[in-house]
Amino acid sequence: MRPSRRALEVVATGPLTTVQDEGRFGHAGLGVGRSGAADIRSYALVNRLLANPRGAAALETTLGGLRVRAHGPVTVAVTGAEVPLRIDGRGAATHTVLHLPDGAELTMGAPTTGLRSYLGVRGGVDVPPVLGSRSTDVLAGLGPDPPVPGTSLPVGPAPEGFPRVDHVPTTPVGGPKTTLRVVLGPREDWFTAEAVDTLLSGEYEVTPRTDRVGARLAGPVLERSRDGEMPSEGMVAGSLQVPPGGEPVLFLADHPVTGGYPVVAVVRAADLPKAAQAGPGTRVRFVL
Amino acid sequence: MRVLRCGDTGVLVEVADLAEVIALHAALEADPVPGVVDLVPAARTLLLRIDPGTDPEEVAGAVTARDVVPGEVRESGETVLLPVVYDGEDLDDVAELTGLSRREVVQAHTRATWTVAFCGFAPGFGYMVGDQPRLRVPRRSEARTRVPAGSVALADGFTGVYPRCSPGGWRLLGRTETRIWDLERDRPGLLRPGVRVRFIEAEDLR
Repeated sequence: MRPSRRALEVVATGPLTTVQDEGRFGHAGLGVGRSGAADIRSYALVNRLLANPRGAAALETTLGGLRVRAHGPVTVAVTGAEVPLRIDGRGAATHTVLHLPDGAELTMGAPTTGLRSYLGVRGGVDVPPVLGSRSTDVLAGLGPDPPVPGTSLPVGPAPEGFPRVDHVPTTPVGGPKTTLRVVLGPREDWFTAEAVDTLLSGEYEVTPRTDRVGARLAGPVLERSRDGEMPSEGMVAGSLQVPPGGEPVLFLADHPVTGGYPVVAVVRAADLPKAAQAGPGTRVRFVL
Repeated sequence: MRVLRCGDTGVLVEVADLAEVIALHAALEADPVPGVVDLVPAARTLLLRIDPGTDPEEVAGAVTARDVVPGEVRESGETVLLPVVYDGEDLDDVAELTGLSRREVVQAHTRATWTVAFCGFAPGFGYMVGDQPRLRVPRRSEARTRVPAGSVALADGFTGVYPRCSPGGWRLLGRTETRIWDLERDRPGLLRPGVRVRFIEAEDLR
């Protein structure tokens, strides 16, 4: 008889927990976006810590609150937004390789700063992939359903390599302020010169209307230099799309594949993890 | 052709019209530019998503060097027949905007041969172009928060079918029972670029 498969049973999810990996590629022509971990750096770190292959699926939590129970012995780690951790009531550290014996329960508190934490498991979360990825795209409704209390997430076979370190030092993510580097365009010519100056000198605040699709920002209005509708066009993550109200929306992992409002500037890929960790109330500045 | 930057992960190529988009898309699919991971065609633009680390200037140079001959919408040789019950909430508005009767709107929509030009908005949502210029209507001034799956709609010179229930601003002509997006199929999307589509008026069997 084969031993029963190891799994993580979800006991509580917090505000939103989803399965994420590196996302989907090559299906944009069908209207399917990339999705994937919003803070791709913290996600990649948790897999490196566990000696998982690149692309192993992990759990992305928003504002913590996740509780899981081990079925069979599993090895896990938590990266991203710093959260208090407990294993069966005893304190544990993030950015550290943690061994959960069969039946042990890991509880994640709420982050002190930052928005998204990643619970990785050695062997990866082994739900069936959809169009080549295990990521849940909340906008498109693709990928695994977000787990709910009682969901059992199968754990894949452990990789051959073993973790080489027990702990990785890391600079904390999140904070009350962040600066994001941008490249102007593709549609800066739809805006006045003053609007571009305003974007690069003003301060914006992340509103509570922020999710995996994008973060609505509050701050100085960006005036257009022309009227009329723009034909919808392809968008990339990091786009600062400006709807008629004039306050930008910062597109994140599950952004729509195409959009009909002009994009004044795009956040550099290297700064997208910082953007994904900017929770409501974070003050954001944009620089070239 | 105008090439615009989309940060360090995209190059947006703007061309004169849809025929040029389709020609460029076909050319870049047949002979890909190194570093390009995904192509997103739209009405006037083609977005090239590039690997981080790829120089956008190099990609832009490689695209502008291409000699692309715009032609008709490329066809895949495949034709999809979609039975539609024409009882959409916006049929009267479309009749008024086009100066046709309700009957004539349905006739124009079913007589046209439509071809999927590109996908976007949602997985499996194909933007179809046809040979009935009279059916060109603008979007609704306010989008609906909930358009049922299978709704057949018109806007901006395109027709489309909503693959799943979603918000939407197009004008609703009717509905089809055919599942146009189904992950259980080998090819989940029925309305892929190049596929020809004929709409057939169906009796409401309820």
